[in-house]
Amino acid sequence: MIQLQYFLILAAALFCIGIYGLVTSRNAVRVLMSIELMLNAVNINLMGFSNYLDPGEIKGQVFTVFVITVAAAEAAVGLAIILAIYRNRNTIDMEQFNLLKW
Amino acid sequence: MNLAESVQIVSFGILSVMMIATALGVVLLSNIVYSAFLLGGVFLSISGLYILLNADFVAAAQILIYVGAINVLILFAIMLVNKKEDFSTLPNRWLRQGSTAVVCIGLFALLGTMALITPWQLSTTSPAVVENTIVVLGEHFFSDFLLPFELASVLLLMAMVGAIVLARRDFIPDTLPTEEATSTSLTLPERPRELTTK
Repeated sequence: MIQLQYFLILAAALFCIGIYGLVTSRNAVRVLMSIELMLNAVNINLMGFSNYLDPGEIKGQVFTVFVITVAAAEAAVGLAIILAIYRNRNTIDMEQFNLLKW
Repeated sequence: MNLAESVQIVSFGILSVMMIATALGVVLLSNIVYSAFLLGGVFLSISGLYILLNADFVAAAQILIYVGAINVLILFAIMLVNKKEDFSTLPNRWLRQGSTAVVCIGLFALLGTMALITPWQLSTTSPAVVENTIVVLGEHFFSDFLLPFELASVLLLMAMVGAIVLARRDFIPDTLPTEEATSTSLTLPERPRELTTK
């Protein structure tokens, strides 16, 4: 039988991969993809807890639907911001986005 | 171990290996278009894991929203900013990546040991007690989660308007706009960048 711990370890691995991509990647679109990976890791955690600790009333699935909604909004606004920055600076290198850095 | 449990374990193994491999490909590959397509693989395998967790509606929503909307949006953004640029090499780049990898592996070890040594209060009822998850989810949405449900719709509207305003291409007129043209209502003032910079 599949245990709850397997899903938690899998979500932890996905979250750590997302953090690594978020910190090290220099393409701005790849940073957004890493954020999506981290949100999906959180979703796997919520679904695992919902199935194993609260199978009667599945509130974890409700929270997962809300997280998916917020992720969709975040992706739309984030990609729009990246397009605006690309038109202003003519690059998508994260190291060049230092307008607000003293 | 009967047939159903072994099928579950085998499919869990296949899905988890596929998910980790495609996630590593998203982060590590140098071509961003390959990364975007592998991101779809991550979402599909996560949807399979949701089906293993008795959540059919959320699995379908995962495919519809993530693969159908967000992944396509990311692909369009890649096409819009399609610029072959060679990033300038940074000093001590390997030091950054190495230290980040060490921190991430340490975080994974911490989370893994936490998940293994914590005595979870597992529910004794069977996970298949809910016959139809859509009915239960709908009851939650319209009774005790009604306010977040309505706020989510407002959030989606705000995100749509904000994305349109942010991503709109600037209108470049032939002449400098007069004061009346920019100050009329119902038109957003737009900056004629080419004419003012030259």
